[in-house]
Amino acid sequence: MNRINLHRLVLWGILLLFALWFLAPLYVMVVTSLKDADQVRSGNLLSLPTAPTLSSWSKAWSTACTGVECNGLQPFFWNSVLMVVPAVLVSTLLGSINGYVLSKWKFRGSETMFAFMLFGVFMPMQVVLLPMSQVLGWLGIASSVWGLMAVHIVAGIPSTTLFFRNYYVGLPDELIKAAQLDGASFWQIFWRIVIPLSTPILVVTLIWQFTNIWNDFLYGVVFSGADSKPITVGLNNLANTSSSVKEYNVDMAAALIAALPTLFVYVVAGKYFVRGLTAGAVKG
Amino acid sequence: MGALSIQGIHKTFNQTTHILKGIDLEIEAGEFLILVGPSGCGKSTLLNMIAGLDHPTSGNILIGDRDVTYLPSKDRDIAMVFQSYALYPNMSVAQNIAFGLEIRKVPKAEREAAVQRVAAMLQIGHLLDRKPGQLSGGQRQRVAMGRALARDPKLFLFDEPLSNLDAKLRVEMRAEIKQLHQRTKTTTVYVTHDQVEAMTLGDRIAVMKDGLVQQFGTPAEIYTRPANRFVAEFIGSPAMNMVDVQSTGHGVNAQGVALQLADAQRAAAAQHSANDLVYGLRPEAISFADQGVPGQLSMIEPTGPETYATVDTAVGKLTARVPGVLHARVGETVHLQWSADQAHLFDRASGMRVG
Repeated sequence: MNRINLHRLVLWGILLLFALWFLAPLYVMVVTSLKDADQVRSGNLLSLPTAPTLSSWSKAWSTACTGVECNGLQPFFWNSVLMVVPAVLVSTLLGSINGYVLSKWKFRGSETMFAFMLFGVFMPMQVVLLPMSQVLGWLGIASSVWGLMAVHIVAGIPSTTLFFRNYYVGLPDELIKAAQLDGASFWQIFWRIVIPLSTPILVVTLIWQFTNIWNDFLYGVVFSGADSKPITVGLNNLANTSSSVKEYNVDMAAALIAALPTLFVYVVAGKYFVRGLTAGAVKG
Repeated sequence: MGALSIQGIHKTFNQTTHILKGIDLEIEAGEFLILVGPSGCGKSTLLNMIAGLDHPTSGNILIGDRDVTYLPSKDRDIAMVFQSYALYPNMSVAQNIAFGLEIRKVPKAEREAAVQRVAAMLQIGHLLDRKPGQLSGGQRQRVAMGRALARDPKLFLFDEPLSNLDAKLRVEMRAEIKQLHQRTKTTTVYVTHDQVEAMTLGDRIAVMKDGLVQQFGTPAEIYTRPANRFVAEFIGSPAMNMVDVQSTGHGVNAQGVALQLADAQRAAAAQHSANDLVYGLRPEAISFADQGVPGQLSMIEPTGPETYATVDTAVGKLTARVPGVLHARVGETVHLQWSADQAHLFDRASGMRVG
């Protein structure tokens, strides 16, 4: 009995230690963002704020300088929202249509096409930067929110297609045949049968795409225009804009603002995420 | 013109793999056609073509007097019950049954009437609000049949519908399918690999193997006059006893033992070009007697109502199927008898029936 207790104690001790280790940076960010400039300067990283204040948060949001302009992260935040929401929805929808075709309406060469699409998943993003900006230029949407959106949609299609295709392979083919005999068309089968059965994979893909596109910096810094920069670029500019004193509390608040939406999505839909990742084992 | 005619259907993949090699079948309205055969014989491919889910390389399929060979499934006025039932998991039983009607834009009141009619017929009224996931295997089977019945189609297709059920339920559902057919009189095509289902359900049976119809006839014809050795051995359990024999011109003998033949068969054997023949005998044709072919009992399998007995004789192993309990012991010497007109003769090289 005692030995088991000791065992448990050691185990819990180690786990707690690791949890502290990983949570420490978050803790430092949160407390620092709530401290005033004087307390930050005093240098004690781990101490609690003596006079908690949200002034760094409001500064980071609306008045901090990001280069010449001093409007905080707010405009970048809305740029990101404006760009991320449609990009996530469109890339997810296209992925599910692709997956539906590649698994249930196979045609000559569809497997090869899928194999080529897989290249897109593993291709380093840097490779496409030049050709992509060329294409955006031809299309006349370079340096705009539309261009950035288009890049994210195209870049997202391989992985969304992969997710949906692998999920739909598990749906029985007879379901599709039964619907065909019932008289349903390609799109009727998609909207009435396939999509209602896709909840787990839809959630996984939405979270995946949201996180990827929201956190993207490379495409954001390369393809956005002056007034369409996403929040990651804004955060970078904010942290790199040098004034006489480094405002760590404002930097921390800004970083937290940039991270909150993805954090929020994980908290709300996290359990579906895990469920969706393991849903392959469950029959439709 | 029949309710369904299949004319010269060929199916070839990559110009080298021949799945179907010329299928001709025709049935009348209201008939129950069974496609039976071992796996890989092409029966499911043929059914898929009738359903419009696959297309032949050449040949024609007519439903009524309409050529539907290349018509999409939805325009064929058919309904199908799948092996896995293929119920839509996201819809309730009632929605499943009504889906086909809804897609065809049938008014709501009519749809509900159809659901009620079908539910009453299959006794699934209390299940209408449930999802397929909440149903047992037998109930899913009923709902799948209900979905097919709702549209009142011209042709019913069944693709091995009972193979996912346990033995007891299978017998029950088999009887229900038969009763349903007797009541609705809808022309039906039913694919199975189970020869008992084939015999009990079919008005006409097409026994298939290697992409060809081996025999097409009523269950009685197929059982009593199998067209070739394959059909003889495929239909019936335990399988027909087969003994290699030589034609002597005025009869046949195996290992020097003369085996009885009816007069007509003796004449046919005498006229047949080849002397190497196979002598077939159904297990139930053999009985134990005081005289006849002697042999040693090597195995006894009681099933309850009847007993299968395997006997080593001079002509080879013979299985007899006798009613009730066999009062004998393994190792005993017994004598087997049968009447001459129970024998079947086949050509050993081609497998075709002689006489």
